[in-house]
Amino acid sequence: MAAQIFSAIFVIIIGVGGCVAYFWGANKLLDLIFPSRGVSGSAAVDNLRRQGLVRPWLFVGPAMIILTIYLIYPVIETLRLSFLDRGGEHFVGLANYQWAFGDHDFRNSIFNNILWLAVVPAACTFLGLIIAVLTDKIWWGTIAKSLIFLPLAISFVGASVIWKFIYEYRGEGQVQIGLLNAIIQYFGGQPQVWISLPFWNNFFLMVILIWIQTGFAMVILSSALRGIPEETLEAAVIDGANPFQIFWKIMVPQIWGTIAVVWTTITILVLKVFDIVLTMTNGQWNSQVLANLMFDWMFRGGGDFGRGATIAIIIMIAVIPIMVWNIRQANKETGGH
Amino acid sequence: MAATRGKSFVGRFGVHLAVLIFVVIWTIPTLGILVSSLRDKDQIIASGWWNSFASSSQTEAGRLPAASAQTQKDGKYVIEGNVFGDGAKRAISAFGTKAAAPTQYKAGTAADLGDGVSLQVNADGTFVLSSPKAFEGDRGQRVYYASSAPPKFTTENYENVLLSQGIGRSFMNSLTVTIPATVIPILIAAFAAYALAWMRFPGRALLIAVIIGLLVVPLQMSLIPLLKLYNGVGTFFGVPSKTYLGIWLAHTGFGLPFAIYLLRSYIAGLPREIMESARIDGASDFEIFVKIVLPLSFPVLASFAIFQFLWVWNDLLVAMVFLGTAPDQIVLTAQLNALLGSRGGNWEILTTSAFITIIVPLIVFFSLQRYFVRGLLAGSVKGG
Repeated sequence: MAAQIFSAIFVIIIGVGGCVAYFWGANKLLDLIFPSRGVSGSAAVDNLRRQGLVRPWLFVGPAMIILTIYLIYPVIETLRLSFLDRGGEHFVGLANYQWAFGDHDFRNSIFNNILWLAVVPAACTFLGLIIAVLTDKIWWGTIAKSLIFLPLAISFVGASVIWKFIYEYRGEGQVQIGLLNAIIQYFGGQPQVWISLPFWNNFFLMVILIWIQTGFAMVILSSALRGIPEETLEAAVIDGANPFQIFWKIMVPQIWGTIAVVWTTITILVLKVFDIVLTMTNGQWNSQVLANLMFDWMFRGGGDFGRGATIAIIIMIAVIPIMVWNIRQANKETGGH
Repeated sequence: MAATRGKSFVGRFGVHLAVLIFVVIWTIPTLGILVSSLRDKDQIIASGWWNSFASSSQTEAGRLPAASAQTQKDGKYVIEGNVFGDGAKRAISAFGTKAAAPTQYKAGTAADLGDGVSLQVNADGTFVLSSPKAFEGDRGQRVYYASSAPPKFTTENYENVLLSQGIGRSFMNSLTVTIPATVIPILIAAFAAYALAWMRFPGRALLIAVIIGLLVVPLQMSLIPLLKLYNGVGTFFGVPSKTYLGIWLAHTGFGLPFAIYLLRSYIAGLPREIMESARIDGASDFEIFVKIVLPLSFPVLASFAIFQFLWVWNDLLVAMVFLGTAPDQIVLTAQLNALLGSRGGNWEILTTSAFITIIVPLIVFFSLQRYFVRGLLAGSVKGG
């Protein structure tokens, strides 16, 4: 343990120190090569100009190199691999895509992903909005919001354990230690193995993501609600609108843009949901989703890079239009920064 | 909001109640694992965690000692002892001798078993079996009893998972991954963001466009090529392909577009006059950046740091691809996932491990909530 702590601190110092040393050292070096102080006037101006040409690239250089290696190159390479066989050696044309659309697991994943897309963003946004409106009206609203927001800090794996404990099933006649089955049994129902019920298990997995993401929707929508001009609400009250009319006809239309951003953000997250399915079912009992299927093919039987890359491309095709729209919307709202 | 505040008592009560219900539903799952992680492991499976403050009761079966243990007392043959043996003492409420009626007699009363044989089991587990005739055979009398144990809370589970289940080690591994993977992108992104916001150079607009474009790339696109690249580099140089350096750079790469996007929009909004007056005073770009821009950008740096910290700490996918599963590399999330497979029924281990993995994010969250919310508001476009 002591050795581990020591080596951890050591590698942290090396890693972070290396970064600091680069920026500091590179700038120092530039100043030494083209000195602007202690030389004659025209030489100093010349050197300053040269420094000005080089320095921006010293600043953006590391970022550009890392982005090229970790994002730009992989996008091109994944596209290329999706047309190659499992080892990435022979060109197979569209065979991987053909395989995908005929494959049972893949179709099941597409179906489940659509199911997730239909339920999770809507549920999170709706619940988040309701909670944001309600908590605005009470004195302990901040505390309530903190508590509902809290699962957002929890990892998907942690959340999966938390909910697996709730869905825990014990044989009939035994004490049910899972909360859900205990409640069902208390009301005279039949305990179930929830996560292995085909089709319905999808919803039990979705609950986990909804539990995590509602806090996100709530915080964003809550800050949007604060921006609604007080006069519009007062005018509605004077005109005799009831609380439901105020909510649907005055508040919701005014924050429509934010609702859309929240909705799409969660949509993108849903398209990439992986950890929850991996830890809860690993795709068994017809609960597979695209991101987990891709991970599966990356390592299954030594890995099939062609098929894995194909699934990645399909995820990307689904994500991009939403993402582009989302960034445009966000830029519009922050004034183009 | 004052105008819409429910006027009637019922309306206001309804709002409080509704919020309370939401809060309870959202808190109970986490509370469940916290309470369970502190319970005795036998009690976890004996009763639901919501009953953990009540005594847990269960029905058990045992066999009394055989005839060889009998003694003679007052002309009767007697077998005495304790049904718990030397084991943990629990409180017995009732006992019986038939499986069909395990709680036929109250503790402390004598049960007539026929032929003058009587059995008395007391609440503390001591029993007296007596008979006018000598006991025979080498199988003792079967006995059933309902016992209850007082609630027992312990930190044993924590000691167990930290020291024996590899959680302590992977906690250190997670820190080793997370701290550099948070600090390195901040440094790199801050310099790049400053250059993109305040320095003039050819290709600047194109670079900004590319970075915003990269925000849309899903993580999944990078995994396979990078895995191949890492394996290739590992083979070529004869070094391991799964290293901490590798995962720091991977997290840096995946976090950079968002970091640059977030920091640039903030740094570009800093007042121009400050920069220009510093420049007139002869400060170089490096000095302006270190002495003026960095301190002024503290809020946005903090927001990004928290965001990235939580993202890396909670990540499973990147860690599973770029790090090994040996004890010296496995991170908390991966270890927890492994335990789910190997210790699926041991809830004392799972709940405790889960609580340890979420404790750090919760501390970060509660102490720095303000910055976290700010990062969230800005970060709704993060691709990762």
